[in-house]
Amino acid sequence: MDIKVNVREAPGDCYVVDLSGEIDVYTSPKVKDAIGNLIDRGVYHLVINLEKVRYIDSTGLGVLIGGLKRVREHGGSVNLVCTNPQIKKIFDITGLVKIFGIFDSEDAAMKALV
Amino acid sequence: MNQALENAAPELVELRIPARPEWVALARLAAATVANRLRFSIEEIEDVKLAVAEACTAVIQHEGHGEFIALDCEARSDALRIRVRDSGRHQAAHSSDRHMNFEEARIAGLGIFLIRTLMDEVSYDVHPQHGTDLLMVKRLASA
Repeated sequence: MDIKVNVREAPGDCYVVDLSGEIDVYTSPKVKDAIGNLIDRGVYHLVINLEKVRYIDSTGLGVLIGGLKRVREHGGSVNLVCTNPQIKKIFDITGLVKIFGIFDSEDAAMKALV
Repeated sequence: MNQALENAAPELVELRIPARPEWVALARLAAATVANRLRFSIEEIEDVKLAVAEACTAVIQHEGHGEFIALDCEARSDALRIRVRDSGRHQAAHSSDRHMNFEEARIAGLGIFLIRTLMDEVSYDVHPQHGTDLLMVKRLASA
């Protein structure tokens, strides 16, 4: 089990973080580092693509919440791309659908960045 | 319902893993395999996986946990009963909780919330000498 993280620059002073695999207590530090490094470099508008994420638990949610909290301190935002019904369900039951922008496509997530 | 399981006595699958993050995936895979044998839906199996992972994660992130986590999955005709136990001594549980920062505490709370939401029954006991003992039940919709 592993998580693959790919960071790429996108138009409009924004970055996309592609995640692939499973995000749990073992793999979430790698995701946290990737997001944290971007924020440390002054990137405050992020799209995190979860389309290839098969599983996420509370530690993964915690990393995303932590990233969102940090970018918001700088007027930034984090939008998520998620089409997996099970993962959407977790965002739904935890109420995180209210604090993240969650979109079905990367294009829509990019366009909605503040 | 699987006819063979309906008429069978409960079957117990036991797993003991080191209380470290890299082993949590094995615990959830084992629980998912038992849930699959009971013919839970794919969505229900995902619920079980997440609940088991949250329980194991809670143990690992709690200071004073023991060296291993014991996972018991009991396949019954009407439900899956899962026990997650650790071997830690929790005499200092409250004092160690004070060392947990706000973010960690919030995430731990999220994990417990998920377990309670995804499983049909949840109870737990924290024993000073014998560690944490969490019992969760997922009932079969067809039972």
